[in-house]
Amino acid sequence: MKKMLTAGGLITALLSLLPAWAWAAGGKATDLVVVADTRALHGLNLYLATLYNQNMWLFATWAVVLTTVLGVLLGVIMDLIMSRIGLDLGKSAGHVEH
Amino acid sequence: MEWLYMHMPIAGVEIFWPGLLLIGYAVGVIGGFFGMGGAWMVTPGLNILGFPMAFAIGTDIAHIAGKSMISTMRHSKFGNVDYKLGFIMLIGTMAGIELGAQIVMLLERAGQIGPVVRWVYVAFLALIGFMVFYDYYKAVSSKNKSDDPSHTGATGGVNWAPALHKIKIPPMMHFKVADIHCSMWLPVLVSFITGVLAGFLGIGGGLLRMPALVYFIGAPTHVAVGTDLFEVMISGLYGAFTYSLKGRIELVAVFVMLCGAAVGAQIGTVATKYAKGYGIRLMFGCAVVACMISIILKQFGITAVATVIILGAISVICAYIMIVMFRGAANELREKKLNGSAGAAA
Repeated sequence: MKKMLTAGGLITALLSLLPAWAWAAGGKATDLVVVADTRALHGLNLYLATLYNQNMWLFATWAVVLTTVLGVLLGVIMDLIMSRIGLDLGKSAGHVEH
Repeated sequence: MEWLYMHMPIAGVEIFWPGLLLIGYAVGVIGGFFGMGGAWMVTPGLNILGFPMAFAIGTDIAHIAGKSMISTMRHSKFGNVDYKLGFIMLIGTMAGIELGAQIVMLLERAGQIGPVVRWVYVAFLALIGFMVFYDYYKAVSSKNKSDDPSHTGATGGVNWAPALHKIKIPPMMHFKVADIHCSMWLPVLVSFITGVLAGFLGIGGGLLRMPALVYFIGAPTHVAVGTDLFEVMISGLYGAFTYSLKGRIELVAVFVMLCGAAVGAQIGTVATKYAKGYGIRLMFGCAVVACMISIILKQFGITAVATVIILGAISVICAYIMIVMFRGAANELREKKLNGSAGAAA
């Protein structure tokens, strides 16, 4: 868990300290011009769609943050469930190639 | 049956959400087992669901980042992630992807690039497939001739890493988890080359980086899988950011697929515990061949058959991995119960 948090911090630092990469590697995909229809939306959907229409930078930041948070949360939950099954899920003694 | 369809707020379409869950699950199983992102598997699946293709790549990359995070957490607990090796390789990967993307843009301005990229991809997949199957054949032949019953050391298969480790360009580094001692420039160079290819081909790179970790850097298969997933996670988050900036992501679909991937990734990752390194490599070779065949068919416009092949291959490989996992888990629990009973009797 500690290693994951350290890794997460380093990733965030990388993304924030090296903005040139963020622009440079998106070269192949062109900007998609879409306006999300917010009329029938509510709650989180409305917030995300409004952000998509008005502030792409904040939307992109939220996309990364929410994906990270959900990934970690689901990982922890699945870890807890798997640990209850009774399997030994600790460090392997060694790996057999064949 | 309206409840089976979920509204995508940005794309403005209704999507069959159990399909999204299933795609996420299958890619989670396969990705967790092989150490790859699996973008080549997701796109045909999303196509079948009627997902708007403009959003497919960005959505896919974001979901792969999240899924890889879950798999990396599990592989890390198994001791399969060499973070030091992963961070060193990140330097080469990021620079390589950027150069690869720039090469494509340069060639795009010069003329027709699409078919060239696809045939280069096919050539590399053929090379990887050949390498993996030849390696397996050599290792099995060597094992049959050998008197050593354990075979946890030298595999007798294809391995260029020992020769590359002899290159002593400082700084020399010891990667504890992978148990290799080599020049820092070896993983940087290997990851740079795979990064260039990935950027050029427009793929995540796991399909190239995992065998590169095994055959050129000399990491054990399980460590190659775990470390590669760590790389996929980071490049996935970076890709998610850039594609989100370009408006090419449907976040709700990402979350739904991630829920399926959470379960699948655990199954795929735990299955590596019960699989031998060469078993993983062999199935990886099969996945590579299926990917290659589908690209060839798509190149000739036979898209429907290509989709069937990909989805068929995904189903078979996913089923195999699930069998490995459940069978292994059942054996382990049975042994624990027997040992527990024997202990109690004593």
